[in-house]
Amino acid sequence: MTFINYAAREINCKIVYYGPGLCGKTTNLQYIYDRTNPAAKGKLISLATETDRTLFFDFLPLDLGTVRGFKTRFHLYTVPGQVFYDASRKLILKGVDGVVFVADSQEARMDANVESLMNLEKNLVDHGFDLQAIPYVLQLNKRDLPTAVSAEELYRQLNFKGEPTFEATAPTGQGVFDTLKAVAKQVLMELRKK
Amino acid sequence: MSDFILFDEEFHQIKDVIGRLKADAQAKVVFIVDKNGQQIAAHGDMESLDTTSLASLTAGNVAATDGLARLIGEKEFPVLFHEGERDNVYISIVGQRVILVVIFDERSSLGLVRLRVRKANSELERVFETIQRKVESEKTRRQEGYDSPFAEITDEDIDSLFRE
Repeated sequence: MTFINYAAREINCKIVYYGPGLCGKTTNLQYIYDRTNPAAKGKLISLATETDRTLFFDFLPLDLGTVRGFKTRFHLYTVPGQVFYDASRKLILKGVDGVVFVADSQEARMDANVESLMNLEKNLVDHGFDLQAIPYVLQLNKRDLPTAVSAEELYRQLNFKGEPTFEATAPTGQGVFDTLKAVAKQVLMELRKK
Repeated sequence: MSDFILFDEEFHQIKDVIGRLKADAQAKVVFIVDKNGQQIAAHGDMESLDTTSLASLTAGNVAATDGLARLIGEKEFPVLFHEGERDNVYISIVGQRVILVVIFDERSSLGLVRLRVRKANSELERVFETIQRKVESEKTRRQEGYDSPFAEITDEDIDSLFRE
């Protein structure tokens, strides 16, 4: 649900990074935070456990610049990936404008990827959204690991609707901004239709 | 789901209501957030506050508490109160749609805040009903062929946002 503020000439959009536990959602946000000009970003908030596992969400506000006289602000959220945090995951999808699915390329995590993708689809439906229709990008993360499955195989198993798909290594930043750009672009394109 | 659109007229009405509430409740800061964590308006001494983070965390807090309410068979907990050593936060839900947050210290009291919030709440509810009606009629107008101000966004506009 985009928030268009005519009084402040601002468009606010919400993007959620989804995916199984330890797939690198928080690392994506951390990289974006580290590489963004201080004037264009707010604080990175992480509600995490003592062992740095996301407990509720991470949050990063970004100002991307001005489009047609409106400041575009993106609020990036991650969800907790661990299976048992489903209630929290569902809350964070409320009012989402675009989703990034961060897949873990390791063979051992294939089932977790598929389970998380199914969970995303179901939780979106519960909020009245359709994964077929919502702005959506797939990121194949952890490409640097020796146990990574080929990108073609991951694409075959996880690509849902021909969405833009990027190979990534989040700690070094490979693919991180490409992913963000692709989802932000789809969200702004959606605005044209409204 | 329809977007939330805030027009100048209602923005100023909201600013008036929360400005009055801040004075009447002797509060430090009053702000309004939508349930998705976007800040709608704020009034008071905000220089030392990160209002964007506050908005997101407040919405997360309310969402978690709403989830808790439903688990025990309640519709929602319409009021949340956090008491600190110096500052306190009083959170209430306006018309099931938006969140009103009042931050106050020892210069005020929970009783006074609660009383003033109740009055402001009903005024705000009316404003948000008007906004809802406007958003609906705007949607109808667009369906009838009026262009959205964003209809003209080009690929070039979007690409320029990401240029280094």
